[in-house]
Amino acid sequence: MARPSSAARTGLEKIPTPAKVTVTLHVNGVERKLTIAPWTTLLDALRLYLDLTGTKKGCDHGQCGACTVLVDGRRINSCLTLAVMKDGAQVTTIEGLAQGNALHPLQQAFIEHDAFQCGYCTPGQICSAAGLIAEGRVQTADEIRELMSGNICRCGAYPNIVAAIEAVMFGKATDRSGATGR
Amino acid sequence: MNNFEYTRASDVADAVRRIASDPAAKFVAGGTNLIDLMKENVARPSRLIDITHLPLDQIDETQDGGLRIGALVPNSDLAQHPQIEARYPLLGSAILAGASPQLRNMASTGGNLLQRTRCLYFYDTTTPCNKREPGSGCSAIGGINRMHAILGTSEHCIATHPSDMCVALAALEARVLATGRSGERSIAFAEFHRLPGDTPQLDSNLRADEIITAIELPPEGFAKNYTYLKIRDRLSYAFALVSIAVGLDIEGGTIKEARLALGGVAHKPWRNREAEARLEGAPATRENFVRAAETVLREARGFGHNDFKIELARRGILRALAQAARGTPQSQADKRIR
Amino acid sequence: MPAAGYLGKPTSRVDGRAKVTGTAKYAAEYDVPGLAHGFVVSSAIAKGRITTIHTADALAVAGVLDIFTHEHRPKLASSDEAYKDEVAPPGSPLRPLYDDRILFSGQPVALVVAEEFEIARFAASLVRVEYEHEAHVTDFEAQRERATVSKQDEDPTPSTARGNPAEAFERAAVRVNGQYRMPVEHHNPMEPFAATAVWEDDDRITVFDKTQGAQNSRNYVADVLEMPRDRVRVLSPYVGGAFGAGLRPQYQLLLAVLAARALKRSVRVTLTRQQMFTLGYRSANIHELALGADSDGSLVSFRHHAVGMTSRFEDFQRDFVHWSSLLYRCENVELGQSLVKLDQNTPCDMRAPGGAEGAYAIECAMDELAYAAKLDPLELRLINYSDKDQIEDRPYSSKQLRECYRQGAEKFGWSDRNPQPRSMRDGNELVGWGMATGIWEAMQVPASAKAVLTANGNVEIASATADIGPGTYTWMTQLAAEMLGVPLENVTAKLGDSTLPDAPVEGGSFTTSSVGSAIHAACRAVQRELLGLAQKMAGSPLAGAKLDDVVFAEGKIRYKQDESREVSVADAMRAGKAERIEKAASAAPNGDSKYSHYTHSAVFAEVKIDEQLGVIRVTRMVNAVAAGRILNPKTAASQILGAVVGGIGMALHEETVTDQRFGRFVTRNLADYHVPVNADVHAIDVIFVEEKDEEINPLGVKGVGEIGIVGTAAAIANAVYHATGKRVRDLPITLDKLMRD
Repeated sequence: MARPSSAARTGLEKIPTPAKVTVTLHVNGVERKLTIAPWTTLLDALRLYLDLTGTKKGCDHGQCGACTVLVDGRRINSCLTLAVMKDGAQVTTIEGLAQGNALHPLQQAFIEHDAFQCGYCTPGQICSAAGLIAEGRVQTADEIRELMSGNICRCGAYPNIVAAIEAVMFGKATDRSGATGR
Repeated sequence: MNNFEYTRASDVADAVRRIASDPAAKFVAGGTNLIDLMKENVARPSRLIDITHLPLDQIDETQDGGLRIGALVPNSDLAQHPQIEARYPLLGSAILAGASPQLRNMASTGGNLLQRTRCLYFYDTTTPCNKREPGSGCSAIGGINRMHAILGTSEHCIATHPSDMCVALAALEARVLATGRSGERSIAFAEFHRLPGDTPQLDSNLRADEIITAIELPPEGFAKNYTYLKIRDRLSYAFALVSIAVGLDIEGGTIKEARLALGGVAHKPWRNREAEARLEGAPATRENFVRAAETVLREARGFGHNDFKIELARRGILRALAQAARGTPQSQADKRIR
Repeated sequence: MPAAGYLGKPTSRVDGRAKVTGTAKYAAEYDVPGLAHGFVVSSAIAKGRITTIHTADALAVAGVLDIFTHEHRPKLASSDEAYKDEVAPPGSPLRPLYDDRILFSGQPVALVVAEEFEIARFAASLVRVEYEHEAHVTDFEAQRERATVSKQDEDPTPSTARGNPAEAFERAAVRVNGQYRMPVEHHNPMEPFAATAVWEDDDRITVFDKTQGAQNSRNYVADVLEMPRDRVRVLSPYVGGAFGAGLRPQYQLLLAVLAARALKRSVRVTLTRQQMFTLGYRSANIHELALGADSDGSLVSFRHHAVGMTSRFEDFQRDFVHWSSLLYRCENVELGQSLVKLDQNTPCDMRAPGGAEGAYAIECAMDELAYAAKLDPLELRLINYSDKDQIEDRPYSSKQLRECYRQGAEKFGWSDRNPQPRSMRDGNELVGWGMATGIWEAMQVPASAKAVLTANGNVEIASATADIGPGTYTWMTQLAAEMLGVPLENVTAKLGDSTLPDAPVEGGSFTTSSVGSAIHAACRAVQRELLGLAQKMAGSPLAGAKLDDVVFAEGKIRYKQDESREVSVADAMRAGKAERIEKAASAAPNGDSKYSHYTHSAVFAEVKIDEQLGVIRVTRMVNAVAAGRILNPKTAASQILGAVVGGIGMALHEETVTDQRFGRFVTRNLADYHVPVNADVHAIDVIFVEEKDEEINPLGVKGVGEIGIVGTAAAIANAVYHATGKRVRDLPITLDKLMRD
């Protein structure tokens, strides 16, 4: 493992990394103080520094929705904001939706309607759906489809995701998809 | 992401002071574009100036009966503001056609204007791009250019502006309020964004020391006869191939005033006053729509993969004008094109 | 098999709670003390040599631990054999960081390891690589004439020829021919590839890897790093989708482990979404088909030649062309395929590899033939229906395809279809109805499993297979519960661990048949021992019973004929002083089978297309599947549903575009590489047609992982033709193609 360039390593001025700052996040109702560099996204703060890995990194560029969390009650892509910019904010992640052992109705509906396969997009889908319901602007399955389009599911569970959300919002699923015998 | 310094602006004057003192600094608000570009090493700001705490999140009526929208109003709040829904549904519709609910919750009004192009090569630092690295060449010309511009291009750049909201703002003749060291100024929307020319690295005429503080809408919102028709490669969460914003003022079947702006076709939201003038004073008929479309696209030029955009834009303009004239604007949830 | 109980009942996923609460941990999510983070630097050029790698700046970043390159790395094996994984195609596999050769754009050239992820990412941006460029060749279409026959040994190039197809074509009453194209596609599972290599003090490594085969990953990394295999353990209990991308060990695994060994600390390497486009992909493919039929629609000539692509260093090929000989009766046939070698990474299996591509071309050509013969497309399939595998010249163990056609057509309302293109309309939109057939091989490969029953009535079932989303955990649980007569809650299924009994990679739709058969055998062994214990009890009511005479249910062993004669499992174990019964077993396919084994489907699609603007909406799909026994209709339906969505992407959206000047994929994120979003997907009906198959394996299962995507793109393409009268023969069908005259 000879390193031709290793000589260059010694005597070099270190290139600094950003100075760490203290950030306070209220995550799932619990105050969490973090000492992190400003270049840490909210997503990485949750996953790497708070061990809240329920929030997923799918693309890291706002193109998939796997990182969706609720910040001050609104759904956002946590990959495209810096944790330091959310200092003091209320953050709700998938880990904060259930009440103790009792699952959030969306979580229960996702299981019942088999609204996922690999499960990787699922926390983002559920947080997004929670945001969608809170926004209170949805009345039809078409509107659910449109307003859930920021959450990609490569396993293709969309019809079941819509059915699960409908079940929670309207008490029943109107989407006709699915198997005989489901 | 590079090792930037993070600071917070305490007020607008402080923001201006901070940006003026460091030409490599950037403002950050929603972050939806800048953080993305930083992760790709396309943007490497020396400093991020967080402006999210500035008091620029209000929507107020102006003295002339228009609306003043603070630069930090999130896109989703703007789209769903009662005044926007009632008086400027074209703007609301355009916003809802863009991005995703999560991104709209994050993205700010001012930031939307400053979005950078989604050109494949702009984003890929291994390839030449005049916008990213002036003088290195344009890879899209002679490359993969399906998403690229057909109007107002230059030999240096054929990138498009990706915003939907801005297309509506162009049609509505909004004004951009900016504050810099020499005070506040109001910029006509048509003057805000630039064509690439030989300086494609510059997207807008905002000065280096300026911050956008607000957008002003004039009183006329074309709430009766409008549409925002976005045509894209999948039915949601995709950038426009072509989008068309239309606002018409029709009286007794005759168009009194016409606004027509296109997205996805140029380095800036594309308006053509001549085409609008051809519609004004004329009946809202297909023949007149055809003439307007021809006027808009007279100078259009394709680069290979995007040749189809010329015909797509023509057909889209006809449909959008018909939608607006009929008073059946495109719904952004129902994907059937009306 | 006992009939009643858990198998065949729609059952919610046993891992559902973990997935909806975010507690299911994926490869990059293990919090390990002292974890360092690696970030990969990728090649900017497609072909040539690295002349210099400048790492000084990156090394100067505070917090950077080391930078591994071909000039600075631990020893790696030097024979191709070490790099050949379980499913490697013939050739010389990629050797990450091995030497200065650049074989494709995006190849890993350095790994920056730092104390924190953000530091590694920043430092990676400071690594400068100088190259000596060589001219690259990446243009598949342009190189098509240079295609050669593959040296792939496990799937020899099909060269089946029967009769005299050229002559038969000339005298055919109805003839069609066409070229069909599919571009490069990338799997893009939602979870990026990642490996967390946990350094253990004694030169043992435990790796959480994103893989479809924990043992494949283990063997690969141990062989390449020349470690004893028993010093490496690979775990992959949850995999965030893979679709074939995780069959072969990907480079994050080797990079994480080599760094961990060199630094003697734990290292995680996660690929970016952009780097996901540097992995294997579905090869672009071109098909030439020429079909001739009698005036009544009977096929008299079928010729199908296909070209695929591969890398310079490996011959990856899947069967594009054999499928028609399984579906349609024809005496005069010519099939062939070849490969173009390019300066790209090696392609890899992507959902229904070969079948999805072949069926797209074949089923579009059949649709064209139907119009030429003035026959209903479904009718044409029935006229040419084949009850025999014409390649192997043998019958099918089961083939309920006719029933798929019937039930699918009925559910869809196919009989209301106006055969004339452009005849159906809904406002501004043209309406099109199309259909296609799907087929996939029902394979079985050797696998092992273990079943452990403890005196408290709990069961553990284990095999080193994976659950990349299909619901393996769940049917394993159902199967064990059913066979051992315990509630689902008492069963724990274990998988995704290289220390468990041997299993193949999860893929090819063969997991349920392969691992299921092994679990079946292991549970049978437990049953046998339990029955023995019960029969040793004094005055046993089960005296003299054979295993097939009894059923295990509700914690009891019961005589089938006389349910009053029973012994509780607990009593039997207590009497036999058995605290636990542990049985391992293996299962392998019946090599002497006189039958061919295939899964079939009939796919129906409705599209609505804006006549002027060409915007396509897939408004309705029906997929009727005959796949033997369905162990869990709920999760199996989700597999079909998801594969149909994948087929919608294949038909309308997905395309990885190469800029030939750079020899580089330039659509390398999820904004430029479109997959369907929620708004693109409407009603999808899945029908499982009853299909009993007692020959195929003890469970009678065929697997449903691939079949749902096969035929889907063709059904949509055919619907687009029916709607518009325009035949788009190159996927994806984007609106610009419909606008062409």
